[in-house]
Amino acid sequence: MNDTLAGLLQVGALIAALALCYRPLGSYMAHVFTTERDLRVERVIYRLVGVDPRADQAWKTYAVALLAFSFAGVVLLYAVQRLQSGLPWSLGFPEVAPDLAFNTAVSFVTNTNWQAYSGEATMGHLAQMGGLAVQNFLSAAVGLCVAVALIRGFARSHTGRLGNFWVDLTRGVIRILLPLALVAAVVLILLGVVQNLSGGVDVSTLSGGNQTLPGGPVASQEAIKELGTNGGGFFNANAAHPFENPGAVSNLFEIFLLLLIPVCLTRTLGEMVGDLRQGYAILATMTVIWVVMLAAVWAIEAAHPTAAYDLAGSAMEGKETRFGVPGSSLYAVSTTGTSTGAVNSFHSSFSPVGGGLLMLNMGLGEVAPGGVGTGLYGILVMAILTVFIAGLMVGRTPELLGKKLRAGEMKLVALNILTMPLLVLGFTGLALALSGPRESILNAGPHGLSEVLYAYMSGANNNGSAFAGLSANTPFFNITLGVAMLAGRFIPIILTLALAGALSKQATVPRTSGTLPTNGPLFVGMLATVVLIVAGLTFFPALALGPLAEGL
Amino acid sequence: MTTTSTLRGALTQLGAAARALAVMTLLLGLAYPLALTGFAQAVVPGRADGSLVERDGQVVGSTLIGQSFAGDRSYFQSRPSAAGEGYDALSSSASNLSPANPEFVAEVRQRIKDVAAFDGISPADVAPDAVLASGSGLDPHISPAYAAQQVTRVAEERGLSVEVVRDLVADSTAGRVLGFLGEPRVNVLELNLALDAVSDRGH
Repeated sequence: MNDTLAGLLQVGALIAALALCYRPLGSYMAHVFTTERDLRVERVIYRLVGVDPRADQAWKTYAVALLAFSFAGVVLLYAVQRLQSGLPWSLGFPEVAPDLAFNTAVSFVTNTNWQAYSGEATMGHLAQMGGLAVQNFLSAAVGLCVAVALIRGFARSHTGRLGNFWVDLTRGVIRILLPLALVAAVVLILLGVVQNLSGGVDVSTLSGGNQTLPGGPVASQEAIKELGTNGGGFFNANAAHPFENPGAVSNLFEIFLLLLIPVCLTRTLGEMVGDLRQGYAILATMTVIWVVMLAAVWAIEAAHPTAAYDLAGSAMEGKETRFGVPGSSLYAVSTTGTSTGAVNSFHSSFSPVGGGLLMLNMGLGEVAPGGVGTGLYGILVMAILTVFIAGLMVGRTPELLGKKLRAGEMKLVALNILTMPLLVLGFTGLALALSGPRESILNAGPHGLSEVLYAYMSGANNNGSAFAGLSANTPFFNITLGVAMLAGRFIPIILTLALAGALSKQATVPRTSGTLPTNGPLFVGMLATVVLIVAGLTFFPALALGPLAEGL
Repeated sequence: MTTTSTLRGALTQLGAAARALAVMTLLLGLAYPLALTGFAQAVVPGRADGSLVERDGQVVGSTLIGQSFAGDRSYFQSRPSAAGEGYDALSSSASNLSPANPEFVAEVRQRIKDVAAFDGISPADVAPDAVLASGSGLDPHISPAYAAQQVTRVAEERGLSVEVVRDLVADSTAGRVLGFLGEPRVNVLELNLALDAVSDRGH
């Protein structure tokens, strides 16, 4: 079969699988977050935690609970790493250095999974499964909570109440993430992903050398790492490592997993606000951006217009034989369009313009389709900006889903949108201005700027992938990236919850002939354009100095 | 809300947070991975332990993890590797070099020359993956093109006919799954084991 056709069929199979799950999973998630009934196991958890599941929280209470839970998560994960040498299954690894432990704890709690360490050379099995992987579940559940709270802000009126954080968190874990992760992990195990507690096997290779093959509870972590759009690899090479991603089927399955919840959440939105077409419109916008990015990156990697690849004849540096260019491009666009950051190929070795597009994909705010929960609330914030701009053009008070968007709401939206670019560009400028951090750069010239820009883009967007040439395990990068991840995660969350609170207090205004329809193709086009323009205006100068200067 | 009541509220939530974290850690950090480990070890122990390959009762590697055969003319060569000193399974890694980096471009040019000389072919016929490292540094596969360019060298070295070696390559070659998933590839360790089974290493 022709290479392009095979690649297209691969994309088609992925879209078909997602389409099959769209309605059942989307509706199920809407049910999970609206039903009054608790499962018995959930009632046990509420009793153990000591919370009243029927308490309906105002946005501030919801936010304080969320922040308290995330803070506790950072403290525990930091402690686990610092005390590693005394824990079981440590494999003889020493405790993790303070700055790296801080960076890693923040990284996993913020759903970023930036990794300044090499998994197989730093973390014992308990730190991996009992520390890092726990946050893979919980950070994804927190993202779900914020998305659901924002949906309730639109769906409810005259209340100011957004639901109960502990209930949303528990249900997100018990009814959505855990069952899906169990099924996914079983599939991965059957496909050959490693799952054991071994400390490694020493072998004598055919040509007389030695090789130590690592072990570990990999499949259980791989499943939730993709499903929760976390992305932190068990091994340094992440999903390029054959023990994490042994073949073409596991590769497509992992891409499916990382897109699954973000895509289906648009159905959840449609059901919870009583307008299925609104869900389709949001999904259509995400799909348009994803398809355009995929086509561009794949075409560039296939044409490989760069010196080293012209010589060699293909863009295979940093890519695995079993995935090739199509399977690597598909993964790369999906992982940067969600907040996953897992990689099956190394983005630093993509053709410069291709790598620049992956950076831009994060710079769009990760809304195509975005992380678990974060993608939905991210694009809803952009949707509000879109109706606001449209409202300015025709001189009407903008509305979205029956809620008026006035000065108060728009301030929250504007601050929300400004946070990430400010962090990315501010920290990149700082790192480049100082001579110490500049020494961490691997490739000289424009690519060096790209390495630093990519790092903060990845951190502030809670993506976690890297132009991994940068030696990021230094106190400067560990601490500044830690701050970028924290601010990039929690400032938008607080602003989004405040917005949800304000929206839920309003009455729902009826749709009139003067209301801009937000569920049709016109709105899809406007929303996609606004997403592109905001990111383009913000990041074009920096991208011009990095990937564009290198590639053109 | 007054400041004191806000503070009290936050402390209450922090207590709940600590308890919730403890419950979730037991469930997600221990019960979940250990149950799956039990399942994997009971149902597919071979795969769960890394698809190890044995020869004469000795483990010689994993079908999933590539090995270095660097410079050994009687074996099919793997791709270049950035994992440690090459195929170090404890330091999986890509080179992360930019394809526009002049030093890397020079390196690729040199590798093409070296591989062409090693296999006795024209530099224009060198397969791309013969000179480009993988993402993991542990890629167990090479492209059918890279395998094909090595057939004559290996056959000569081992005193085998080219046809026999070509058949062994075909046996270790896998096409796309279902005809469209992934890429055609040759498993280097399997191929070299098959070679050893039919002939001495030469030398």
